[in-house]
Amino acid sequence: MVLPEQIVGFPPALLLIGGAILIPWCKGGLKSWLMLMLPILALFILVGSPNGTYWSFQVLEKDLILTRIDSLSRVFAYIFCLVLLLGSIYALREEDDLQYCAAFAYAGGALGVTLAGDVFSLYIFWEVMAVASTFLILARRTKASQAAGIRYILVHVVGGLFLLAGLILYVDRTGSTGFEFIGLKTIDSYLIFVGIAVNAAIPPLHPWLSDAYPEATVPGAVFLSAFTTKSAVYLMARMYPGTELLIWLGAVMTAIPIFYAVLENDIRRVLAYSLINQVGFMMCGIGIGTALAINGTVAHAFCHILYKALLFMAAGSVLQVTGKIRCTDLGGLYKTMPLTCLFCVVGAASISAFPLFSGFVSKSMIISAAAHNKLVIVWLMLQFASAGVFHHAGIKVPYFMFFGHDSGIRAQEPPRNMLVGMGIAAFLCVFLGVYPYPLYAILPYPVDYIPYTGAHVVGQLQLLLFGALAFCLLILSGYYPAEMRAINLDTDWFYRISALRFSRLAEGVLNRMNQGSEHLFVTRLTTRAAAWGERGAAGVLEALMVPFWNLMGLSDQRRQQLNDKLGELIRNGVVPLGISIAAVVFLLSGLYFLQ
Amino acid sequence: MGEEMKKELTVFDNPRNVKRFLLFFYGCLMLLLIIDPFIYKHGEFPWEDAPEFFAAYGFVSCVLLIFVARLLRHWVKRDEDYYEKL
Repeated sequence: MVLPEQIVGFPPALLLIGGAILIPWCKGGLKSWLMLMLPILALFILVGSPNGTYWSFQVLEKDLILTRIDSLSRVFAYIFCLVLLLGSIYALREEDDLQYCAAFAYAGGALGVTLAGDVFSLYIFWEVMAVASTFLILARRTKASQAAGIRYILVHVVGGLFLLAGLILYVDRTGSTGFEFIGLKTIDSYLIFVGIAVNAAIPPLHPWLSDAYPEATVPGAVFLSAFTTKSAVYLMARMYPGTELLIWLGAVMTAIPIFYAVLENDIRRVLAYSLINQVGFMMCGIGIGTALAINGTVAHAFCHILYKALLFMAAGSVLQVTGKIRCTDLGGLYKTMPLTCLFCVVGAASISAFPLFSGFVSKSMIISAAAHNKLVIVWLMLQFASAGVFHHAGIKVPYFMFFGHDSGIRAQEPPRNMLVGMGIAAFLCVFLGVYPYPLYAILPYPVDYIPYTGAHVVGQLQLLLFGALAFCLLILSGYYPAEMRAINLDTDWFYRISALRFSRLAEGVLNRMNQGSEHLFVTRLTTRAAAWGERGAAGVLEALMVPFWNLMGLSDQRRQQLNDKLGELIRNGVVPLGISIAAVVFLLSGLYFLQ
Repeated sequence: MGEEMKKELTVFDNPRNVKRFLLFFYGCLMLLLIIDPFIYKHGEFPWEDAPEFFAAYGFVSCVLLIFVARLLRHWVKRDEDYYEKL
């Protein structure tokens, strides 16, 4: 495709952030048109720009590169534009400019991070992403969402500071602002690693995700599920491929969230936990770092963004039309929402990696890479997690929303634009599952992998369906943990409790100091000083006058009169100049003699 | 209202259909078990090639998952307003 030369390599980030500023000024059809055209235009620019760097400047003798397109960043940039388009279709009737602005600035930030060729622009876009995404949570405008939004931004500010500190040390050490493979060696690389790990939700830094995403707006959760974690996956894949630590972090990351997901009552929180689990597969692939593993990671990020967005769209539709999202409140919705149910089942089958659905063609590459490298324990953990994903995201999510016990809710399908958004996402999930070659063609390394072998298909089906059998038997026997209105403590307990204790401590100590000081200085010392100011001066003067009065031989009555008059003069501030001078002279001479 | 009622799907209200669905499901399971020994396998690990390995692993994984999740619930479950009440 031939693009006009001026827009080849134009930073999509600037296009989308510019669009975010424009959107509130447009009305009606123009606004919808703009929201659909911006991601398409960004996609056209990317498709039409050959690999290379564009839009580079020198600022303060450092290179800034706003667009670096190569085989790795290209895939992530494509999928970010695609999911922005799907999310925009889904959000068209939301009629909330705050969300539109936030979503486009957020997507712009994610594309900026993905295409940044230097650490300064990387950091700027990283923070744009953090701030813009917070508004997708705040825009729900509930008390819970306000609190979750504040916790979310605080965590990301901390993560951002780790990244910033690391990047500054990195530039100082290497003398260059460009970045490629960094690897865990020096202090700066560890700081950058932690900064990215916060956004990638690597345990124990993950609970911001399961805390905040379920409180976001209906379309907000769709955007959130795509950008923050996957831009972190991209950076990890660029900076830390082959880092052994990531294999183990990733494996743990696939396993831990599924226990929480099984127990969780809020459907969108179940999806948030399964999101962490899926990113765990990607981290594991990055840690393995072979061509197959990196291909698998990138392919899985691509597929994952689609089916996770689809699942959040389906759950969001249910939330929108019923006002409910807890397993305990839902059930039997397939009766009146068959299309949403169908789309949700497609998303569930994709995330479970059923053959012919998108997860199958990507996740299996990562697991195969683990097997190729003879990582026995990791392989067993990943297979365990695969069965577990089917259990909570594959069965539980559709089952408790659309089947299970009949909640009596007879909500209708969501508006058509939401169905269209879900429909396209569902189509892509099936398409990539059946015919993965267009995706394989854009992966960073040449793909020499055949997903559909007999052993693989049968093995995967056995794993999933016998997992489902376990679900059936456990549900029927009543051993399956019942859905209940409760929360489950996660590692955010530590900082939420610490923050609370700290604020209580500060309240106790600082307020007591404040009260003590007020009592001492305001109540006591000031009144004394005032009283002294009022009477003390008169007392001094009187003491000075007593010898003169004695010399003059005045009567007691006369003395009393003079004394009263003196006090009155002092209080009213109308002391004759002579007295003041006499007092000063007397005081000075007294001091002289004392000396 | 009458029209809306007609639009409802009621497939699974009929216990017979639920039974049929479960029968189909069990049939699939049987089929998978039966064809497994006839599949050419090329696993990286010896146990991958063992007959019915994935069926056993999937089943055991999920039972284990639920077992551990139940234990975890004892430890981490709190009231919905736990943080508000602190």
